[in-house]
Amino acid sequence: MQSSTKKFFNSLGIDTRLLGMIGALVVLWIMFDLVTGGRFLTPRNLFNLSVQTASVAVMATGMVFVIVTRHIDLSVGSMLGFIGMTVAALQVKWLPEMVGLGHWSIWIIAVFAAIAMGAALGAMQGWIIGYLTVPAFIVTLGGLLVYRGAMWWVTQGQTVAPLDPTFKLLGGGADGTLGETLSWAFGIFASAAAVVLILMSRRRKANHGFVVKPVWAEGILVALAVGLVMGYVWIMNSYPIAKGALPRIAEARGVEMVDGLTLYHGVAIPVVILLVVTVGMTIISTRTRFGRYVYATGGNPEAAELSGINTRLLTVKVFALMGALTGISAIIASARLGSVDVGLGTLDELRVIAAAVIGGTALAGGFGTIYGAVIGALIMQSLQSGMASVGVDAPLQSIVVGLVLVFAVWVDIVYRRKTGA
Amino acid sequence: MDKNTPLVDMKDIHISFGGIKAVDHVSVDLYPGEVVGLLGHNGAGKSTLIKILSGAYQADGGEIWINGEKAEIHNPRDARSYNIETIYQTLALADNLDSASNLFLGRELVTSIGMVDDDAMEAETRKIMGRLNPNFEKFSAPVSALSGGQRQSVAIARAVYFNARILIMDEPTAALGPQETKMVSELIKQLKAEGIGIFLISHDIHDVMDLCDRASVMKNGKLVGTVDVDSVTDDDLLGMIILGKHPHEQSEDA
Repeated sequence: MQSSTKKFFNSLGIDTRLLGMIGALVVLWIMFDLVTGGRFLTPRNLFNLSVQTASVAVMATGMVFVIVTRHIDLSVGSMLGFIGMTVAALQVKWLPEMVGLGHWSIWIIAVFAAIAMGAALGAMQGWIIGYLTVPAFIVTLGGLLVYRGAMWWVTQGQTVAPLDPTFKLLGGGADGTLGETLSWAFGIFASAAAVVLILMSRRRKANHGFVVKPVWAEGILVALAVGLVMGYVWIMNSYPIAKGALPRIAEARGVEMVDGLTLYHGVAIPVVILLVVTVGMTIISTRTRFGRYVYATGGNPEAAELSGINTRLLTVKVFALMGALTGISAIIASARLGSVDVGLGTLDELRVIAAAVIGGTALAGGFGTIYGAVIGALIMQSLQSGMASVGVDAPLQSIVVGLVLVFAVWVDIVYRRKTGA
Repeated sequence: MDKNTPLVDMKDIHISFGGIKAVDHVSVDLYPGEVVGLLGHNGAGKSTLIKILSGAYQADGGEIWINGEKAEIHNPRDARSYNIETIYQTLALADNLDSASNLFLGRELVTSIGMVDDDAMEAETRKIMGRLNPNFEKFSAPVSALSGGQRQSVAIARAVYFNARILIMDEPTAALGPQETKMVSELIKQLKAEGIGIFLISHDIHDVMDLCDRASVMKNGKLVGTVDVDSVTDDDLLGMIILGKHPHEQSEDA
């Protein structure tokens, strides 16, 4: 029985690690749902869960590259705060004086500024690490302090609000969703893309005469991908918009406000951003030279160097990418709150590192997947939201998350030893 | 190809690490279709010398001439552009990647839109492995899961695949059993017949006597001398390695 199950998953090409993570997630969800009497697995909670996961998960995909190349980035939380504060001040104080209050271009400039600022800060750290050979731990520990201090300076510690209304849509909430129709279209598009990719890969392998998965296995994978995407869209489209917000949303969507009208949320924009980042980072990690060099350098830096890879420049690029993703997370986090105070992003670096590590990224370098980090972030967030909804108080939440992190890494070490990977 | 122009001519190469002269004004050369052995104790400077040729180290002084033209080799990429391929003693494999990724590391095959084409690389790897090591089967496993001999054949395949003109082999048989050692010997003879010049670093005098045309012996960073292998005995070579004595000088003295 056990061996036939194993064979089944082998033919599907799903490894044990992925299966374990999904298993852990499912167990957590069911457990919290039972304890809360069915309040956990509701459209409302899953909507909030996916929005809350987005910011940390986006950064975790970048942290995978950082850790795979045997570095660490402790500065992402502070950097997120610094970028968030700067971009908030840009929207509220500086840009209105230049282009006028409420100008349509404000949110676009803010988005580009956030990403560019993150990339520049990251590249600078990467340059110090790669070319001046100061250990990443020290450089980014310094960054953690520097950015948190710099953040205070931007507005002398004042909270900045309210952010540009269009910018705020990027943080999710009742307004920041695709709406029902677009959500379905998005789901169909994502499903079609997944099916095309699976089939293309199969044809390429067959053309080279390699052994391909059995048709039934490929069929199950396609069904799983389509089922997950459409199922998620369906759940998000079952989360009704609260009565109070209804007139506003109806107006925004161009629906006539009548009595008895119900509108649904649909997929939140930060989740769309997360999905785009995840797909993009997966392509970078598996299908580009840069991604290949990241893993080669993590596996054997000397061999990478001897193969003609410029590992110093690679370090700069990896940290610049980490910074750019931190910029995206800063957009999501600040837009979600609608205001920025000096505490934004505090301790996020640890959540991000924990997500990457729970997702199977080895601190020794060389191993780690993007999807793993995203699932890791989802596990962390589920644990935290779940405990909050059960009524576990904050200190105990920290204790549990800390213990789970250590336990997850121990399980990972045992797994690696057993599989010899 | 001009048989009289050396493929490689390293002139007066020197390099120091922290005051220690690792390579002390050494000159060696290599002609097409020739195998030159580099001999010496551990720490004699052989590996350092060839790492200068392969671009891993920068010489403090001296010149490298390739095919009669002065070459500028500042990094491994430069060396590869002169068709210099190296099989390092450590093999220089990224253990976490599969054999195809290692074979093409730094020179990946890409699709028309610039994406790494893993399937094409695996197909090419299957072809060359079919020639070098027909028993090789673990194409999708990371190289950490391979045996010493299999790892060695990945490193050799990497050097051979890209049409090397100049091949540097640093202890290519150190980790191998007798069967695989024989395979490497056959390969060296075959490549030599194709006109490739090979620098062979070895501890094994018999290997050198068997495979090499000439042998350059180093001791304490200095070149003891370069001899035609046919004109010396095993003991002459041992004398050069251990005592640093040139056999012909000896006979002239006598």
